[in-house]
Amino acid sequence: MDQFTINLLFVGASFALYIGIAIWARAGSTSEFYAAGRGVHPVTNGMATAADWMSAASFISMAGLIAFTGYDNSSYLMGWTGGYVLLALLLAPYLRKFGKFTVSEFIGDRFYSPTARMVAVICLIVASTTYVIGQMTGVGVAFGRFLEVSNTTGLLIGACVVFAYAVFGGMKGVTYTQVAQYCVLIMAYTIPAIFISLQLTGNPVPPLGLFGDHVASGEPLLSKLDAIVVELGFAEYTTHHADTFNMVLFTLSLMIGTAGLPHVIMRFFTVPRVADARWSAGWALVFIALLYLTAPAVGAMARLNITELMWPDGTNAEAVSVEQVKNAPEYDWMETWEKTGLLSFAPETSTEAAAFLAANPQATVSLLQPDHNLVTIAPDGRGEAEIQAQIDASIAEGNILHHLDKNGDGLIQYYNDRNADMQAKAAENGWNGNEFVEFNRDILVLANPEIANLPSWVIGLVAAGGLAAALSTAAGLLLAISSAVSHDLIKGQLNPSISEKGELMWARIAMAIAIVVATYLGLNPPGFAAQTVALAFGLAAASIFPALMMGIFSTRVNNTGAVAGMLAGLIVTLVYIFLHKGWFFIPDTNAFTDADPLLGSIKSTSFGAVGAAINFAVAYLVSGMTKPIPQDIVELVESVRIPRGAGAAAADH
Amino acid sequence: MADQSNSAASTAEADKGYWAANVRIILISLVIWALVSFGFGILLRPLLSGIAVGGTDLGFWFAQQGSILVFLALIFNYAWRMNRLDAQFGVDEE
Repeated sequence: MDQFTINLLFVGASFALYIGIAIWARAGSTSEFYAAGRGVHPVTNGMATAADWMSAASFISMAGLIAFTGYDNSSYLMGWTGGYVLLALLLAPYLRKFGKFTVSEFIGDRFYSPTARMVAVICLIVASTTYVIGQMTGVGVAFGRFLEVSNTTGLLIGACVVFAYAVFGGMKGVTYTQVAQYCVLIMAYTIPAIFISLQLTGNPVPPLGLFGDHVASGEPLLSKLDAIVVELGFAEYTTHHADTFNMVLFTLSLMIGTAGLPHVIMRFFTVPRVADARWSAGWALVFIALLYLTAPAVGAMARLNITELMWPDGTNAEAVSVEQVKNAPEYDWMETWEKTGLLSFAPETSTEAAAFLAANPQATVSLLQPDHNLVTIAPDGRGEAEIQAQIDASIAEGNILHHLDKNGDGLIQYYNDRNADMQAKAAENGWNGNEFVEFNRDILVLANPEIANLPSWVIGLVAAGGLAAALSTAAGLLLAISSAVSHDLIKGQLNPSISEKGELMWARIAMAIAIVVATYLGLNPPGFAAQTVALAFGLAAASIFPALMMGIFSTRVNNTGAVAGMLAGLIVTLVYIFLHKGWFFIPDTNAFTDADPLLGSIKSTSFGAVGAAINFAVAYLVSGMTKPIPQDIVELVESVRIPRGAGAAAADH
Repeated sequence: MADQSNSAASTAEADKGYWAANVRIILISLVIWALVSFGFGILLRPLLSGIAVGGTDLGFWFAQQGSILVFLALIFNYAWRMNRLDAQFGVDEE
């Protein structure tokens, strides 16, 4: 059976499972649609929360981000888990005690202000929509590669599947599909990692393997990795290079954002008791930690594997030869990924290749024919236009621009050509620049089993896992958006007398519209998956988390203070992000870049923590200048703090 | 009547005591939370550089694994303590 059929089987079987579960767990009431009838066991909820939480970014991008940066990207690991401490201690039990369906409903009631509720709805929709873009991009990457369809087709299939189980099942359907999706994604993530850890370190537990010894050299894995990347002119893996202040702020932003993301908070409304909400946050982190402890091992081991593939006889011997890349089976994955454009040897376009060939008489460019043979094009004293015509004609015949051998030595040198010491070494060896130029970080996890030469069923499993990660988070986000629209906007604001049946219908219509919008944004994404996600965090951190926390822990912050705080946090953060990423993410409208930020070393992705501080400060300041909060709200806050009687609050609905 | 307002007052008193105990547990947990992540993982890493762990130092281990394990311990410890506190103050749900 070929790889494509196996992928299709795994992906098809997992989709059938999700839709089957959705049919079994159809929602019949608003309580079932919004909160799964509040009957979910804490361990089940923990598993569903983990799937809801671990998105395409966690599954697909994170290990790649760590692999190519090393220690400096530890922020993702600490940030995306540390938020659960805040969630468990500061929010989850109290919001469960409050016993309503949406995050905005708490804000509206606690701050006795429909305006506060609407501001919360806007924050929630902006944060969730930004986040959903990353998920949809992830669906595109995974589908494009594994089902061998275009991004557009892949996204449309993904959107239909989410539609099928989220629209009909609501929170109840989503909860149980997420449990299944968690099982698929964690197996898909850990099985290849176990194999790779065994190959490299002889230890079947990847997190232990990371700090273990490299079997081939007998040295600790991490010192081996440090040595090999330094020899190629890259930054040392385990050393701290990033700006410390920005790293602290970035980690804090991810933590606060995690605790403020509405689709995660909503999951704690589904458990029966306050005590269950506390346990449930712990269980969620157990299931999340299984992946997050594996990710740094996957990153480091993949980096070592890739580097060794390019330098099979060590960094001081000869690089890999063109013949070897073409013929040896361990390089087959590179060819597959070249077709997606996410991996490439220099250069990326025929124009660049032609220009380089015309200027460098010793260089050659190879094109890969569909039957895996190579055709080589050399300048032979010709001009740029002539060479370009020959390359373009070859591409038109179905060949892929394969690699540019810049110095014509038949080898592919992979090193950091921006490093001064390395340039001297390269000049001495007669190299002419790095010949392995593009390695998209998002493909690392998906290509990992192929890189390590694992059996084809593992590759099929990873395909299903990547899709499960993206789809489960997308469903959770769409649910958060649709309940904000139907429960807060329509029932809370426009038509309070709407029947339960009418509200349920609107919840489904809102969900369908949200899916269409999300699909459109997935097709026109503003950046690559993990970065877009980081922005959603900034927004959740700056607006929702502080409002919820002050709502529980303060009896001084009043309606005006809360609204002013949320607006100040949201607007300042949005403006800061737009100044760096372009207004509404339109390219070239940015005044600053993250390499040279507006305020000191604070990148736009780290600004959420500053936005949160602004929110807190403005809310307290404005509250101090306006009327104190009424007595009945003080009593509401005090009752939220005590677990007693949470069941009664739920019975209101 | 007097009994009732007395018991209401003592309930309010007890609720205050419960909340103060809760806030104390939260504060201690958050100090540890910050120490292992921002502290050991980032700011205090140079102090831990002498302690070797698997080819690197303890700070790297805290940044990539240790802090996550401590976070887990913190949440379960919190849930366990709070559930005990709920029972002690009689505010738990049946």
